[in-house]
Parts: sequence; C-alpha cells; structure tokens
Amino acid sequence: MEEKKLLLEIHSLSEKLTKPVRFMEVCGTHTVSIFRHGIRQLLPKNVELVSGPGCPVCVTDDVYMDKAIAYAKRPDTIIATFGDMLKVPGSESSLEQAKTEGADIRIIYSPLDSLDIARDNPDKKVIFLAVGFETTSPTAAALTIAAKEAGISNLYLLSAQKLVPPALKTLIADKTVKVDGFILPGHVAVVTGLEPFRFLKEEHQIPAVVSGFEADEILTAITFLLNMVVNNEAKLINAYQAVVKDEGNPVARSVTEKVYEKADAAWRGMGIIPLSGLCMRDEFSSFDIEKVLPLTVKPSPKTTGCRCGDVLKGVITPFNCPLFDKTCNPENPIGPCMVSVEGVCAAYYKYGRASFSFE
Amino acid sequence: MKELITLAEGAGGSAGEALMKDVVFPYLGNEILAEMHDGARLKVSGDIAFTTDSYVVSPRFFPGGSIGTLAVSGTVNDLAMTGAKARFLSAAVILEEGFPVAELKDILADMKKAAEYAGVLFVTGDTKVAPKGKVDGVFINTAGIGDIIEGADISPKNVKTDMKIIVSGSMGDHGATILAARHNMKSNLKSDAAPLNKMVEKMFKASKNIAALRDPTRGGLAATLNEIAKAADVGIIIDEAKIPIKEEVKGLSDMLGFDPLTLANEGKLVAFVPKGDADAVLAAVREDEHGTDAAIIGETTDKAAGKVGMKTPLGSIRVVEMPRGIIVPRIC
Amino acid sequence: MCLAFPAKVLSVDGAVAKVSRKGVERAISLMLLPNAKVGDFVLVHAGFAMEIVDEKQADETDALLAEMNGAPRTVFSL
Repeated sequence: MEEKKLLLEIHSLSEKLTKPVRFMEVCGTHTVSIFRHGIRQLLPKNVELVSGPGCPVCVTDDVYMDKAIAYAKRPDTIIATFGDMLKVPGSESSLEQAKTEGADIRIIYSPLDSLDIARDNPDKKVIFLAVGFETTSPTAAALTIAAKEAGISNLYLLSAQKLVPPALKTLIADKTVKVDGFILPGHVAVVTGLEPFRFLKEEHQIPAVVSGFEADEILTAITFLLNMVVNNEAKLINAYQAVVKDEGNPVARSVTEKVYEKADAAWRGMGIIPLSGLCMRDEFSSFDIEKVLPLTVKPSPKTTGCRCGDVLKGVITPFNCPLFDKTCNPENPIGPCMVSVEGVCAAYYKYGRASFSFE
Repeated sequence: MKELITLAEGAGGSAGEALMKDVVFPYLGNEILAEMHDGARLKVSGDIAFTTDSYVVSPRFFPGGSIGTLAVSGTVNDLAMTGAKARFLSAAVILEEGFPVAELKDILADMKKAAEYAGVLFVTGDTKVAPKGKVDGVFINTAGIGDIIEGADISPKNVKTDMKIIVSGSMGDHGATILAARHNMKSNLKSDAAPLNKMVEKMFKASKNIAALRDPTRGGLAATLNEIAKAADVGIIIDEAKIPIKEEVKGLSDMLGFDPLTLANEGKLVAFVPKGDADAVLAAVREDEHGTDAAIIGETTDKAAGKVGMKTPLGSIRVVEMPRGIIVPRIC
Repeated sequence: MCLAFPAKVLSVDGAVAKVSRKGVERAISLMLLPNAKVGDFVLVHAGFAMEIVDEKQADETDALLAEMNGAPRTVFSL
C-alpha cells in the first residue's frame, strides 16, 4: 500500500483515540529508518514513537569493551570487528583509540572474513568481537563451526550475544516504562519466528507487529498498532511475511544452539537480565578467548551522568539527557547510544537535533 | 632500468637522473621540465589561483583510474572550483623502497592522460624514496597554478538565499568504487575521477554569476552542502528524489550500511547559481561529457540558516548532517 | 539492530553463493540457509543468507491491512 494512503489511514485512526499512544520501535535499524524518512514529523500529535534497546552496540557494557581493548593491546593479537564497535567507549578508552595507539584492529563485514585473517596470520591470535542479537548470533556460531571444521586454531571469539524477548519482558515489568504497542524487530524474527513474542499478547495484552524496514512497512506496522488500540484488542501480527516465517529459521537456530547456550547477560543501562544472553558451550571452549586466555579488567565505575539506560528503556528521549549535544556528541560519545549509527542518541543528534523548519 | 625502486633512486646522482629520464619524462616531459632547473620559470598574467593536495589511496588502482588520475584531476578541480583554468602543475612523488617500476609507469601514464585531457603541464617535480615500510607504496603531492577565468568571482560567501543548487552528475561513484574494492564486492561501478576544468569553462560562458563551486570529495555531498550552508549562513533544502545516484551505489550502500550522500566524488561539482541563470548553467554542465546526468537538486533559503535539510519522498524534511569519521561497513 | 538486504542468488558452490543487489555482487555463506537456489531472492545479513524472500507473502500483509480496514476477510489473522 502506498505511503500517502497509509498516512491518511493513520491520521483518521488517530482521531478515534481516546488518549495519546506511545509505540516502541525496539530495533535500532527501525529507529534510523524512521528518522531517515522523517516519519515522526508526519504522525499525528497523539501518536508517539519511542526507541527501544535494539542496538547491540549500545547495550554492550563497559566491561566487555574494556576486555576487548585489553585483548587488542596484546602484541600477539588481531581484533576483527564490525565497524559499529570502533567508537564504543569502554571505561577509559575505545577500540578506535587503541588502534591509533598501535593495536591491530581489522574492520570486517562478515564474521567469516575473520577466518581469512586467521589463516593469513598463523602466529597471531585473531579475536572476533561477537556482538549481536538473534540475527547475528547464528553468524558467529557458523564462524565457530567453520573454524573447527577447517582446523583453524588461532581464531577466538569474545562473545556477548544478547536475546531480545527477555529484554522486552524486563521493560514491560519496569513501571516507569509506558508502551501501548511494539514494532518488533523484523530481522530478529527472521531467525526466532513469532513464538518468542507471543507472550506480549498472551501475558500482557500488548499489541505487537513484526515489521520490515522500508517507510511503507513501518507505516503499515503503525497502522496495524493503531487499529488494535482503537478496537481495544491485542494481537501479534506479522507484517513482514515476505521474509519472516512463523517458525523462523530453524537451521540458524540449531547452528546457534550447537555453539551457544543461554546465560545471564549484562545490558548497558538495564543491568543483568536473567537468561538474556548466550555463552559458548564447553565443547567450543577452545574458541572462547575468555576461557583460553582469561583476563580480568578492573571495573571502574564512573559517574558521567549519562542516561543511556533511561533512553534505551524509552523512559526519556535524548533531549531530556543533560549531556545530549553538550558534552556528548558523535565525535566524543559519552554513552554508547551516541556511538552506533543506529544508537538512539546518535539518530536524534543526526536527524532530529534542534528545532528547525524549512516551511 | 631496474624492476624495483631502490633507495639509490631517491639519493640524487645517476640513479635519480635515470629515473627521471627513463621513467618520468616519457610520460610527463615537456620543454619546461626538460630544462631540469631547480624550479620552473613561468609567465602568467593577471590573477592566479594556487592550490596543493596530497594523494594517498588504497587500492592504488581501481576501476576508472588510479592514484595518478586523482593526483591530476584533484588539483585541477581545486583550481576550477576557485574559478581558475589550470595551467601548471608540480608533482612530488614519495615511493616506498621496492616499489615496482612498472606500477609507477602505470601511475605516470594515468597522470599523463589526465593532464593532457585537462590541458595542463607538469613544470616541476621531485622524487623521494623512503625505506621499506615507511610509506604505503606511493604518496603523491601535486600543486597547481591556474588563471582566474575573466569575470569569475567564486566564494561560498557569495551564496545568497534563493539560489539554485546544481550537481554535475551521480553522487558517490568514486567512494563506492573504492569501498567495493576494499570489501570484495564486484560491480560495474567506476570511479568518476576526471578533470572538470572544461566543464567549468563552459559554465562561465553561460553565466558569470555563478556564486560558488565545490567538488564534493571526501565527505561527499553531505559535507559540501554543510560547509557552504555554514560559510554563507544560509539554509539549504534539497530534494531526495532529484539527487542522481546510480543503482549500484545504492546497492552497495544498502549492503554495507553507507549513506550515499557521504561517499566521495572525484569528478563531480556542486554549483550555487542565481535562479535566473540556473537553467543556462545546467545546460552548459550537461554539454560536457562528465555532466550528462547533471540536475538541479535544491535551493538556498532564508530559513534554517547554516543547516541542510532534505525533502524525503514521503514529504517530510530531515536534516543532512555533516558526516563524521571514517566510513566503515556496519551490520547495525 | 540488524542491517540486512535482499539479493538475488546468481550461483551456488557448496555452502557459498554469489549474490547480486542492484548490480553489486558479493560472495555470501549459505550455512544458515542451505536450501537457497539459483534465482532465489535471499535476505543477507553480515555475509550470510538468512531467509528466502517471498514477495507473494508481502501481498498477504497488504491483504491483512485491507481486511482490518473493512475489506472482506482474505487472510487468517495470527
């Protein structure tokens, strides 16, 4: 359906609302797409979009970054990482800074690229920074299996995989969080299928729509959500049927399960959430750098005043953070939400900062 | 001539002279250079423009050109963007010990080709050789002198509100080509690296009222528009649907998570032109072989001074920010 | 959180496929989608095919939306 028609539909539905609604787009790619298309500007005043904790870089905590940087500084090590991680601040430094100081850090597009790096550098330890949600964890697991099959013994993972549904459960349990419906992460659902999201309807009666990332797909999701709110019903709707199957991708899940098992995980701003992450199974411990070469980093709790945690929960918008656009900007990010291209603060900074009008 | 550059070639003396005579002159030689003075004596009249730029690129050869093409077109274009017709260039080449002479010849051949197209002469130069590992293959610096085109008065400060913004063709071709090569992507993409001085001469024949010209190199269109908006203290509003971008550039951007507006161009310009002259200047750009896809993409306004906005196909307006940092592929 | 793009499978060689999007080609892994065939459109994330794109299914979303807006029922809701 065309965007213009969807917008008309959204406006007409919004007139039937008895009170303003807030929908959360969980996924950072949605956040960026919403800004790129200027969708917020086009929505009725009583329909608000808030951004959720769906940026894996943003929810990665200091301790992980400090470890990554500590490994990076070892002369026998090459770090292979997605470009997204480069600027994420640890407690004192970032990978980018470590690179400037001489660490060998390679930006890769696919986890499999790190296999080639390991093959080309047999006398170095190559560590892949395996960060991501359900979409990305199968790729890290596949890398591990491929490395094992190829007999590559100098490739390791520093792993911090996270799971979306447990984070949503924590959000819903948090009384400060007020959300009337979820735009669910389409590419996570490609792997997980719909099952892990059914609790939204069944336990909490919260409307939820699995959505794609184009403007028309996001507007479609908003239309579905409004429809449900207006009709006072809560369903789980798959509006991204072109790629999201009800059952997800079982092959991807079994690859993940072969290498990983569920574990508690620390989320930046949200603390430790039970069984919200993945850790490598003992069978693959020779690929787990934390098992092979354990390293402790001093936790250095710093008080920066950064409110990333509240931003990730949708409790405040970046504009309400005292650091935003003052001491914290993409050049000098204080919190991770300002680092990733799809971090909520970075998106607000890039596309939504300052009130201006060309009309 | 040997197959590999050695430190001796950079030490002056006979090896250095042989490098000049056997390798460099066949490509870049001319009467002025042949005198082998410490400097060139040049005749100029009137106002001149003078510029310099250094070229460091990996990979050194890419579809559509090489570091040699860039070393000429980049400097010629910097002169053209100040409203000058490039005439004389210098070249300083820093080579890594062990650099293949054949590869140097290929680079020089690209420099010759671009210089002939632009109608410029290399009148002075220098070669140094750095020990292995101290230089990444080859670095080139070129400087250029050009005559200011009569009547041309180019400065970002001349940009006022209500001017039209012209781009000379599709955005991001060079950046996308380089990034595709770095990340094992295959496509028919070619760098747009080309001297634009002929296009600029045609544009000034069409109108002397062109206010500002820029080549959107590093940082792409997004950086260029932000720089002008800030320098001229005007608002800029462009129309997303009107910006020419090749399908392949969009494809690569989708795949690696880039914004095409931040990708570099090496043979494109952005012009700010008073409304009444815009159609004539656009026609002049399109007459040039490097400007066939030129388009008017937006205008300056008295609203939102210093900022760049873009109308999306949905009808909303989003900010086009100054790009930051290096461009790396991302997965989120 | 997860950038992914649809691309057409040009060739398959074991667990590796060559895909193309808007004229740009790259090798990707089929480890997570072993049943992908030449000619399929697949969703690619971080160098892996994740799922086959089924455009017919996209039409069902539109139909579902139309149904919510009062059109006759054509799709079973979830």
